[in-house]
Amino acid sequence: MRHGFSRITNIFAFKFLPMDTLLSLQHLKKYYATQKAVDDISFDIEKGSIFGLLGPNGAGKTTLLRMITGIFYPDEGQIMLEGKPFNPSEDISKIGYMPEERGMYKKMKIGEQALYLAQLKGLSKADATEKIIYWFKKLEMESWWNKKVEDLSKGMSQKLQFVITVLHEPKLIILDEPFSGLDPLNANLIKDEIYGLAKKGSTIIFSTHRMEQVEEICDHIVLVNLGKKILDGTVADIKQQFKENIFSIETNQIDHISDNPTFSIVRKEGNKVFVKINDGYDSNQVLTHLINNKHNIVAYNELLPSLNEIFIKLVESTHATARAFQNI
Amino acid sequence: MRKIWLIIQREYTTRVKNKRFLLITFLMPLLIIGLIFGSAYLTSTGTEHRKIAVVDPNGFIKNSLKNTGQIDFEFPQNIDTSNYSSKGYTDILILPKFDSTQKTNYILRSKKSMGLMMQNSISDKINNAIEDQMLQSAGIRQTVLDSIHKASQYAELKAYEDKGKASKESNAGLAMGIGYASGFLIYITLFIYGTMVMRGVMEEKTNRIAEVIISSVKPFELMLGKIIGIGAVGLTQFILWIILITTLTSVGMGLLPADLQNQVTTLQQTNGQMGGAAGMAQASESAMRIYDMQHTIAMANWPLIIGCFIFYFLGGYLFYSALFAAVGSVVNEDPQDAQSLMFPITMPIIFSYLITNMVTQNPNTPLAFWASIIPFSSPMVMMARIAYGVPSAVTYWELALSMFVLIAGFLFTTWLSGKIYRTGILMYGKKVNWKTMMKWAFTKQF
Repeated sequence: MRHGFSRITNIFAFKFLPMDTLLSLQHLKKYYATQKAVDDISFDIEKGSIFGLLGPNGAGKTTLLRMITGIFYPDEGQIMLEGKPFNPSEDISKIGYMPEERGMYKKMKIGEQALYLAQLKGLSKADATEKIIYWFKKLEMESWWNKKVEDLSKGMSQKLQFVITVLHEPKLIILDEPFSGLDPLNANLIKDEIYGLAKKGSTIIFSTHRMEQVEEICDHIVLVNLGKKILDGTVADIKQQFKENIFSIETNQIDHISDNPTFSIVRKEGNKVFVKINDGYDSNQVLTHLINNKHNIVAYNELLPSLNEIFIKLVESTHATARAFQNI
Repeated sequence: MRKIWLIIQREYTTRVKNKRFLLITFLMPLLIIGLIFGSAYLTSTGTEHRKIAVVDPNGFIKNSLKNTGQIDFEFPQNIDTSNYSSKGYTDILILPKFDSTQKTNYILRSKKSMGLMMQNSISDKINNAIEDQMLQSAGIRQTVLDSIHKASQYAELKAYEDKGKASKESNAGLAMGIGYASGFLIYITLFIYGTMVMRGVMEEKTNRIAEVIISSVKPFELMLGKIIGIGAVGLTQFILWIILITTLTSVGMGLLPADLQNQVTTLQQTNGQMGGAAGMAQASESAMRIYDMQHTIAMANWPLIIGCFIFYFLGGYLFYSALFAAVGSVVNEDPQDAQSLMFPITMPIIFSYLITNMVTQNPNTPLAFWASIIPFSSPMVMMARIAYGVPSAVTYWELALSMFVLIAGFLFTTWLSGKIYRTGILMYGKKVNWKTMMKWAFTKQF
């Protein structure tokens, strides 16, 4: 009876999901003895998107990723992959996971190691060999085959990790801090590969606390802190949501601009004035005011907050709430 | 299953291809055989030489103190404890006038103290001489005495296992030897392969490859694959050793002089009898010794012993290596932690070894029985008992019960360790003790 009921809810869940959702987390919970690592988190990830999972250290990102990769089982909630309940033993080959704590067998030859890990993902030996050769050629690693991992630099082994993660052409690629330890050249190389994979239809979850990378790469982000989701949306939407109506006005008559009903000055810098639009007015009215007063305007821009600023602001406020609760 | 197979293959091939494995596998039999022959050679030749001055007021001792390769006895005049070393003697042996009515001591003084073996051989000679003297003074002639002494060389105890018609000659010395050797081998290999499993797990954890792999396979599969792979390495090593030792001994036999080989063959054909007294004379002492050794070795039920050995090696290995894997999974970079966590595992192994030493002499005590049933000690102790024969020393039901309990035991430790391993392998930077590990094992985790 119960089984039948849950099947009905699954059908409903499937129907209500947009067709292009690859992964859907529904009310996931994971409690440890001392803390709520993941406390009722839900979000959807679209097929072919690059998704950013952000959060400070200890926010619950790794626990969340370990549930998505089937390493941990959620205490409560459900994970849907392609509209069906996630089944670790079957679906594991659809996922490529590059954990933050990653390493290789130091004494094993690189080629053999890549072959071994690819076969563990379910590839046949011939298939795996072919794909390793393709990737090694592509990332100029051909001469590495008979080397040992202990002979590689940190950046080089990072590159190898990436290849091993994407080798079996997983539908879902999870990269936890993929750029740590990479020089800018190699970071760009990997970044281009990530774009390429997304273009070919792979979905990428990108977990980090480096905001400038997220801003550049991700379409959609979720911010978690203290086990809870505190932000969910596209990068553009979130910036709009957190904008503070601050504009920069570039002019060669900086001293002529003063506070008025439409805006108030935040600060002046060189030949730029930063102003906050007062409530009840919009940017056009500000511009009209400036033109009417014959100010010589060179440039007029809206100043959107960086993700970094939003991140710090939100994390600090949730920490403050958490601290407040702890004090009670 | 395919994934466990891949893991087993990797664990096996990386170790078997390792140069250290090849070295140990091929050098060990050479080393053992070398040690046996070497020590035999050393004891026969390389020991010190003693020149002993004997002061004997009795007169009859002289005949019994014959010179040997190591000791020269001389009976000089005018010698005492003050001047023996200046006269070129290493020791002085001062005998009192023996009187059969009271106990007397005789004294040995040496520049360098004498080993126990040599002391015993001297006191045996003197005591025999006194015994002979007493018998002679009681009226027994020297010729009678000589024939009495020879008698002990003609009669020998032959014990038989009573199995009705198929009664077979048994040999307690051989049983003890086999029991001890197999117990010791299992003891050593539990340590070697157990710690190999532990270090393998630690390697995966400290290299940070564990999480990469368990995003492809279940932690339990990874642990099991490692245990089975390393167990297969151990089995390979044993089989290679058996092959190497048998080939080396047969090659060694082939190198013996031809007439010695012929004598041994004749002895084999005639069941140790070479046509009466004349035959005995024909067979040299060495041929007799080789024949005796072969004859004794053939007495044991080798298929049973080897079969049981492989079972108990594997059972004991699976039982303990799972626990070693659990320890490996909770250790961080610090090998010191591993030492203290290993203690509860190594203690029962060492205890079992001590029990085994007792059981090799006394296979049927209650201690021997219980220790051969409990899986912590059964791999070693049961092997010591099996050497005395099945079903004469160990009944079939005891063997079956012991095997069953061992299988149940390793299933349990594997299950237990699987739970600990699963949590430990992803846990960094936290110091863990057995109490926490048990909590992980018996409460729901992840």
